Amino acid sequence: MTELVPSLMAKGSIVAGCIAPHPPHLVYAENPPQNEPTSEGGWEQLRWGYERLRESLSKVDHDVLVLLSPHWQTYVGTHFLGLSHFEGLSVDPVFPNLFRYEYNLNIDVELSQAIHDKASNSGLAVKMMKNPDFRVDYGTITTGHMVNPAFDKPLVVISSNRSTDYYSVEVMQEMMMELGRVTREAIEESGKKAVILASNSLSHRHFTTETDVPEDMSKEHIASHAMHLWDMRIIDYIRTGQAQRILDEMPEFTEQAIAESDGGGLTWLLSTLSVPDYPGILHGYGTIIGTGNAVVEWPCHSHEGGSQ
Amino acid sequence: MNGSIVGSYVVPVHPHPLLVPEKNEGWGRIRAAFDEARNAIKESGADLLIIYSTTWPSIIGHQIQADPNPQWTLVDHDFHDLGSMDYSFNIDAEFAEAWNEANHNRGLQSRTVAYHGFPIDVGSVVALKLLNPDNAIPAVIVSSNVYANRSETTVLAKACLDVIQKTGRKAVAVTAMSMSNRMFTEFIEPSEDRIHSLKDDEWNRKVLEFLEEGRLEDVAQLSRTIHQQIRVQKVVTFKPMWWLSAMNGNRNNLTGRILAYEALHGAGGAVVQLDPTSTGMGDKEYDEDDVEYYKGERNVLSADEDATVSEESITPSTGPALWEPPEGKGAVNSKAAPKPVGMYPHARQVGDLLYLSGVGPRQPGTNTIPGGPIRDGEGNPVEYDIKAQTRAVVENIARILEEAGSSMDKIVDVTSFLVDMDRDFAGYNEVWAETLGHYGPTRTTLAIRALPTPIAVEMKVIAKI
Repeated sequence: MTELVPSLMAKGSIVAGCIAPHPPHLVYAENPPQNEPTSEGGWEQLRWGYERLRESLSKVDHDVLVLLSPHWQTYVGTHFLGLSHFEGLSVDPVFPNLFRYEYNLNIDVELSQAIHDKASNSGLAVKMMKNPDFRVDYGTITTGHMVNPAFDKPLVVISSNRSTDYYSVEVMQEMMMELGRVTREAIEESGKKAVILASNSLSHRHFTTETDVPEDMSKEHIASHAMHLWDMRIIDYIRTGQAQRILDEMPEFTEQAIAESDGGGLTWLLSTLSVPDYPGILHGYGTIIGTGNAVVEWPCHSHEGGSQ
Repeated sequence: MNGSIVGSYVVPVHPHPLLVPEKNEGWGRIRAAFDEARNAIKESGADLLIIYSTTWPSIIGHQIQADPNPQWTLVDHDFHDLGSMDYSFNIDAEFAEAWNEANHNRGLQSRTVAYHGFPIDVGSVVALKLLNPDNAIPAVIVSSNVYANRSETTVLAKACLDVIQKTGRKAVAVTAMSMSNRMFTEFIEPSEDRIHSLKDDEWNRKVLEFLEEGRLEDVAQLSRTIHQQIRVQKVVTFKPMWWLSAMNGNRNNLTGRILAYEALHGAGGAVVQLDPTSTGMGDKEYDEDDVEYYKGERNVLSADEDATVSEESITPSTGPALWEPPEGKGAVNSKAAPKPVGMYPHARQVGDLLYLSGVGPRQPGTNTIPGGPIRDGEGNPVEYDIKAQTRAVVENIARILEEAGSSMDKIVDVTSFLVDMDRDFAGYNEVWAETLGHYGPTRTTLAIRALPTPIAVEMKVIAKI
């Protein structure tokens, strides 16, 4: 159990909540020293969106990034990275030609354990991951890199429980709303300032072929008109402060847009923010191999009652 | 050279039998079954292990491992507390590259992967570590494409067989997969493990009964049903059986043995051995397409290319010349019908009877074939739709009858010709029932070797005026 004593500490808070998608193409396009393959750029709209997000977050004091990745898929409960440091080589199993990244990151085990304990007390199946040989998933690394390429702030990394696969979007939402609630409580009791990151795309229908030059932007577009309509609908709700409608329409969105919200990250994010009724900032939108991706920030630090 | 499949196996994907077989008697029995399978493979003289793994999903077609010596330490995403799995495998990169090329030759999207640190999946690692612990037999691993249907998966196997035959290999085919794949979603003690539900258990036993009788193709054809009944819907479908059956010639007379069937955190884990030796039991009853070349939609990157088959692609590029139908006493010709391939009219009237020349599905004007031709310009067989072809035949008949002043309800007798009775009779018969069958003509259906153009169906009609 956590050793924090809430009453003696300053109250922690969530200073921002973000949708921070993780296609490895974005890292590939930036040619960072950690990634072996090199590119001629590409997907600039989204990368400029991430630039704006980084600029925005740089102005907000925060101690920790709390991230849920749909590419750490767990079927038996929700898991948390439970060791203080991980490093190694991450190779994307789907796009190994684009992403072979040497990662090196730190974990806020104390906060991870605190969220874990609260979730367990709420009846969720949870487990701390303490195997030092564990390879961190590429979703975590990509989102972590795009938000904070220096990896100089600790992370809390939460797995994606596949309750949508096993049960339904409704069951997933019940679980993720609860996980979001206890995440917020644990952050507040920790005295820390946290940025929440839901590492997911919106519509998620991929192309099934790849061009010879992956960054050939003349070939990049949304997979279908229906996917575009869904993405714009969700973005409209984000920009007009109607997060509750996203939750209300999550079953249809997830099914019809084959959306990566099936991993629970978006629901969890909105729950940590107490379902914001103020607008989110759309820093960027673009497609990657046909999928719809938005970089979004809810600046809850500037909204009274936003997450408090 | 004469290569062949000398054995096939179904093995589970969970790490428990590898890492902690001692913690549950059932897990121990799975481990013992792996050992038995390993010995059988060794005795078979196999010189290649081919793993099709459901825990390696891919999006851009299929991926084939081509790193000659991949090494890493794998930790399972769920069962990380059971321990780590060090691996160092002997991959036949040459075979992998040849398979990749064979895939392309058969119209498939695929690529090889050979990168240090590429994450080999848990199903492949468990299978190779337990079936081939000393790396004595070179191996190749292929992914399970999340979008692949039966056609694509079947052609994937046939491309693999192309290389096996060309290189003279004695190969063992392995599918790393669960039977029922619903696990407990909570943590359990090893002693509490059991198949998740009675329903899953009953279905697993029925599937295993089929496999024990060597009825692999029956299981493959039931794949979608099995998936609906005992699989977590959005986790990989029961498609490995499509691949394994195609690797064995879509047979139902293999010699099957169930080496073990146990629960693995609620999922059904089975080790099954399928010997290619015929039991002399049931032959296949084939009711799905036997696809040689994949022609499905894969080129979705171009915005201006529609997913549907283009007119150009279904226009026969070869075939006999077209003729202007001759005029003569009683001749009936219609500009709304396709031109004949010889010097004969569309129909000829004798008294109050009208005799139609053989009518196919080609379209007037464009000469295209609805549903596609049965072979391409090089003579290679391709996928086609018998129902669409049959409907087009009926529409052409209606046009000729109308030109002659007759109509569908005056048809007396029809002789139908099919180039592939086994494949096409059901579809043809279905369209017949929806169209000509309503008017009640007599009918004779014959199987013939070929027709002059690349079509699958033609009809000869006698009608009253």
